[in-house]
Amino acid sequence: MAQKVTIEPVTRVEGHGKVTIHLDDNMNVVQTRLHVVEFRGFERFVQGRPYWEAPVLVQRLCGICPVSHHLAAAKALDVIVGAGTGHGLTPTGEKMRRLMHYGQIFQSHALHFFHLCSPDFLLGYDADPAIRNVVGVAIKFPELATQGVLMRKYGQEIIAVTAGKKIHGTGAIPGGINKNLSIAERDALLNGPAPLNIDKMIEWADAALQLFKDYYMKNRDFVDNFAYFPSNHLSLVRKDGALDLYHGVMRAVDAEGNKILNDVDYQEYYNYIEEEVRSWSYMKFPYIKHLGKEKGWYRVGPLARLNTADFIPTPMAQKEFEIYKAHTNGKPNNYCLHTHWARLIELLHSAEVIRDLLRDPDLQKDDIVTKGTKKFEGVGLIEAPRGTLFHHYKINENDQITMANLIVSTTNNNEPMNQSVNFVAKKMMNGQATITEPMKNAVEIAIRAYDPCLSCATHALGKMPLDIKLYNAKGDVLDHYRS
Amino acid sequence: MSKAIVATASLAGCFGCHMSILDIDDRILKLIELVEFNKSPIDDIKTFTKQCDVGIIEGGCCNSENVEVLKQFRKNCKILISLGECAIMGGLPAMRNGIPVKECLEEAYLGGPTVGLNSEKIIPNDDELPMILDKVYPLHEIVKIDYYLPGCPPRADLIWNAVVALLTGDTMNLPYELVKFD
Ligand code: SF4
Repeated sequence: MAQKVTIEPVTRVEGHGKVTIHLDDNMNVVQTRLHVVEFRGFERFVQGRPYWEAPVLVQRLCGICPVSHHLAAAKALDVIVGAGTGHGLTPTGEKMRRLMHYGQIFQSHALHFFHLCSPDFLLGYDADPAIRNVVGVAIKFPELATQGVLMRKYGQEIIAVTAGKKIHGTGAIPGGINKNLSIAERDALLNGPAPLNIDKMIEWADAALQLFKDYYMKNRDFVDNFAYFPSNHLSLVRKDGALDLYHGVMRAVDAEGNKILNDVDYQEYYNYIEEEVRSWSYMKFPYIKHLGKEKGWYRVGPLARLNTADFIPTPMAQKEFEIYKAHTNGKPNNYCLHTHWARLIELLHSAEVIRDLLRDPDLQKDDIVTKGTKKFEGVGLIEAPRGTLFHHYKINENDQITMANLIVSTTNNNEPMNQSVNFVAKKMMNGQATITEPMKNAVEIAIRAYDPCLSCATHALGKMPLDIKLYNAKGDVLDHYRS
Repeated sequence: MSKAIVATASLAGCFGCHMSILDIDDRILKLIELVEFNKSPIDDIKTFTKQCDVGIIEGGCCNSENVEVLKQFRKNCKILISLGECAIMGGLPAMRNGIPVKECLEEAYLGGPTVGLNSEKIIPNDDELPMILDKVYPLHEIVKIDYYLPGCPPRADLIWNAVVALLTGDTMNLPYELVKFD
């Protein structure tokens, strides 16, 4: 008689997800699945809309990191309006978008650290769930909680002055941007009254990173042994191999660090990436085409980015990158929970990038849009906070969209999340006829390391809700837990 | 004064409305003094543990599960607020309303340049997946809604002013510039 367990983390964006775990007659785990249960139909209903609507329409799939969708769509449309990619834009156009994007990374990573991750390690993974949330942190560490709130605020202010509003802005348009940065806006961000200025933000980002490293030093065994598994890693990198979250070429490495996608042009991403559809989830399963479904799946996000990039082009983050890399002797890092470490290095990096951009006089120039010869197809890729995001559009002579293809960050991490859940289930569920507390926590931590929209969203201020069902071989529910 | 009990949920929305609640920034600490959160992604409570004073809902209903959650909210909350365009009129997801669901599914799983190998023509369909509704429905077509806060998302100040007025009984201060219908 086999058994089945269902774990249901409530989700957003990709929808509400749940995990099922099947046990065989000997109560061994035979199969685990992370189901994503919401479907939107975006690919179809966007057909027929004028192409310039895409950056404002599509971002409404995700209110957690709308800027990423806004910019990925705009980058695809840059190609369509003949402005090309990357440096095709005017310096002001490109740098305003970069500022918007790094502002988004900054606020998103800060939110993740303070609201989602810090409760676990400040209060303990085994603390009473009733207090293991941001309110608990606010009570015990009020200063830190305030820092989290204000770092998010600072990032949101950057988005507001570059995109027009904090959520679902309109700043990026095909071929450029619709405004530059005024001197008053710049000065407020650069030298605003403490703590809302860039120097303080860099200081706090660095402090958050040091806090995590302290925790890590004290809990090394736990962090290292939790869901370690080898995988491929994919991201954009700058042409010279530097970490770049806005633009670059596609690079993928395997678990040993061998390049399996060698800095290819993403306009032809469909030659390298394919997706598998499985009947039990609305979220597809991407993989690198020439390696096939079994071997070609990959991770994206902070962990992957620090595995593909050769260096970080800002000094403080580069120093931290070297420490981080030394930990795995320069090889790719395959420790799931090190994602948090990587994310905080990126937090520091984005603060440094924001400072450099704010000091750049290009942001006050007036040449903000590039025009060229129209094309009928364009692809835009960007490194969203959670990983590589693909947008691909085709249009007709009437400027209507005829085809849209989206591979969002969380979709790229679909198989890795399934693998992580499988890993912890095998480790903790074998021989169990009921759903244990450590099991619930472990599954949650495993999924959360990816900061998938589906958990990130619902976690905004707390921790992921779970619904776990345990099934036997006949498909009967043995145990059901809903947090 | 005892704290008002508030529950929130995101149905077929993008979570941007909840993010806009977070954009009240440090006032969130004041909010925690004013209200006690019950079932909400904002805390850790997943099922109603008591009757609530106010339920705030983002997103319309696109599947059977959304409808279930919405009905639970109506049952457990004295006052129900539709937060944002999706809740009020379906929003972006409702753009599929003129199109048969089948066409949407086929485009997503059989069309497109990256599903090349879906030779078995698999379209997700499993007991674990809730039923997709024929259309995306605004909340007030399913249950009675007491208040509507417009915007995509409603601005943080709008949410703050409205919720504080509702909880304290003060007059609502909603200057023209705050009320957006984007
Ligand atoms: S109203 Fe706008 S911000 Fe709110 S859920 Fe809908 S799309 Fe997102």
